[in-house]
Amino acid sequence: MAGSLGKDLLGLSALSADQLRLLLDTAVPFREISERSIKKVPTLRGATIVNLFFEASTRTRISFEFAEKRLSADTVNVAAAASSVTKGETLVDTARNLEAMRIDMVVIRHPASGAAQFLAERIESNVVNAGDGTNEHPTQGLLDLLTLRDRLGSLQGKRVCIVGDVLHSRVARSNIWGLTKLGAEVAVCGPRSLLPNAIGEMGVTVFDRIEAAIEWADALNVLRLQLERMQAGYIPSLREYNRVFGVTRARLERAPRDLLILHPGPMNRGVEIDSDVADGPQSVILDQVTNGVAVRMAVLYLLAGGRPELAEAAKTGGA
Amino acid sequence: MSRDGVRDLLLRGGRIVDPSQGIDAVGDVLLRDGRVAACGGTLGVPDGAEVVDVAGLVVAPGFIDVHVHLREPGREDVETVATGAHAAVAGGFTGVCAMPNTRPVTDNQATVGFVKRQGEAAGYARVYPYGAISVGQKGETLAELGEMVGAGAVAFSDDGRPVESAHLMRTALEYARTFGVPVAEHCEDMSLAHGGSMNEGLMSAKLGLKGIPAEAEEIYVIRDILLARRTGGHIHLCHLSTKGSVELVRWGKERGIHVTAEVCSHHVSLTEAAVDGYNTNAKMNPPLRTAEDVEALQQGLADGTIDLLVTDHAPHHYDEKEREFADAPNGIVGLETALGVNCTWLLHRGVLTLSQMVDAMSCKPARVFHLPGGTLAPGALGDVSVFDPNRSWVVDPRTFRSKGRNTPYGGTTLTGQARLTVVGGRVVYRAD
Repeated sequence: MAGSLGKDLLGLSALSADQLRLLLDTAVPFREISERSIKKVPTLRGATIVNLFFEASTRTRISFEFAEKRLSADTVNVAAAASSVTKGETLVDTARNLEAMRIDMVVIRHPASGAAQFLAERIESNVVNAGDGTNEHPTQGLLDLLTLRDRLGSLQGKRVCIVGDVLHSRVARSNIWGLTKLGAEVAVCGPRSLLPNAIGEMGVTVFDRIEAAIEWADALNVLRLQLERMQAGYIPSLREYNRVFGVTRARLERAPRDLLILHPGPMNRGVEIDSDVADGPQSVILDQVTNGVAVRMAVLYLLAGGRPELAEAAKTGGA
Repeated sequence: MSRDGVRDLLLRGGRIVDPSQGIDAVGDVLLRDGRVAACGGTLGVPDGAEVVDVAGLVVAPGFIDVHVHLREPGREDVETVATGAHAAVAGGFTGVCAMPNTRPVTDNQATVGFVKRQGEAAGYARVYPYGAISVGQKGETLAELGEMVGAGAVAFSDDGRPVESAHLMRTALEYARTFGVPVAEHCEDMSLAHGGSMNEGLMSAKLGLKGIPAEAEEIYVIRDILLARRTGGHIHLCHLSTKGSVELVRWGKERGIHVTAEVCSHHVSLTEAAVDGYNTNAKMNPPLRTAEDVEALQQGLADGTIDLLVTDHAPHHYDEKEREFADAPNGIVGLETALGVNCTWLLHRGVLTLSQMVDAMSCKPARVFHLPGGTLAPGALGDVSVFDPNRSWVVDPRTFRSKGRNTPYGGTTLTGQARLTVVGGRVVYRAD
């Protein structure tokens, strides 16, 4: 099956601005389905989807599962051990076995960058990347775009700063590609040890001071700081990180305008973001979660060959 | 008829290119008793001699690749000395130096002797074993270099990993100097390179792959050059990949330090762009770098800063490469594509003259590693590479004599191909 997106959704880097807009526009009607008492349409009835997770994930997996179930697909969750050179089934064998079971789609989360593409090149089923290593997390990128677009209108010329561990973040990459294509200005802010060396060549601005980023931006997308980054010596301590780069109420109060605060979750409260910011009026973190189900429904629908104009009709169960 | 029962071989009418004698002229080469009997001019046909018409082809002293991995002993499923030596002659090489990162490690006279004998038994290219610098390539204890030289080792290296201890490297340089053999370093600061799987730069940032910065190599390049200065030993730097390394070697040579260097065919032809799409056949260590690095390496070859062209031939089983990029092993096969790649990217683009290319593939390897060959002077070993620099062909890995199929050049049209390879006066490869 191949629709207006092609066979797979591997990342936002390969999508055009029109394809991104199509995905976001398609997500809007699907969002309404989740607001109903009977949250189900028959759009993907009979389709079999495997959620193949080689990495622990709670919200992304659940969000995909809700999206699939609300579209009436049959789903199977596979929590596989991450591949290892010395033991276990290889990814290519896993792919071939799944294919032999005649499935329609695979949603894959994997610790290796490029794993989703690797799978997509070897099976005929549609592949949706639910996060591959430090490469991309396209549905997270899409839900961030949708959340920003809901609040800011067009993204053209809007300023979004991604704060934190950009080096190890697939969310950051998907955001950079998606935002740039839709005309937003993108900046990053974080300790230089957690920014890619070549970040300046990726078409983004770099802020060394969070205060400067806050003064500049219309929205901050605050990344989770993985505790293991400190253990690996990228930063000296979480305490210092919060003091230098933490998004705090005091810092936001000095901003010239009200910023939107996004966070892909799960949050380390008191590290990269303070609780009163996360729970405050500028936070759109829970909107992101709601939008996550909608954009995933849109992705599955479009990959399955659904025509965009039928998404509206799908709301009434007609598609 | 010659003494050993092998017919004399007359290569007639080729373009003889032998920088060791300053020859670039059409003429005949006569091989007798395993050696060059005469070189140049029009030669008469001795009784019973086999005459091969090589008009239109280049006749060069046999190519020597001082950096190959033949995997035996230990991984005979991916390559053996025999299949590797067969691949070598199919690529125009008459001699190869086999790296010691075998299983068990070639760190003792018995294993050195085994590798050498396997090469002799195979009867294709001459196989010159490397010995490991340290016992088990662990970087702790100096291996018995003297005994290994006695068994046929021509150089020492812990290739695949660096000698992390500067003290051990210093000692190795001093001790190897006693026996007049080079110590070859795999330059890589492991703490900087840790977890990296490609060049650190824009492409690694885009692909979300951990990068290996140029400095991981360059820090070892300058350290080893300084240790060579201190010890008077001969440091040979393997598979250089960065512009900075070329500059550092130039710095060392200008000061008369005994440093020599090699570059792989892939590092003077491809950039990190080949990795895009997570192509594991473009994954090797050191990684493919940027266009700026490629240009500096080419320039370094042209001006002699870099002495040798090598392959770092590294066969892997196909399904070892058929996996996630970060988990795939490093290395590509090169013996059967190197000549074509060198002709295509260096000769035909005007980076090197034909003489310079032959020098870097034959004469200099022999000189730097004190190997026989590398010349067609009368009395020299009868090792000859006959090739057509203008013949175009499409790389089809399925036809390789090597067991390895892992190449980034599959489907690429190369211009330049081995046509006839002679080892010890005997034809060991003839193209169809």
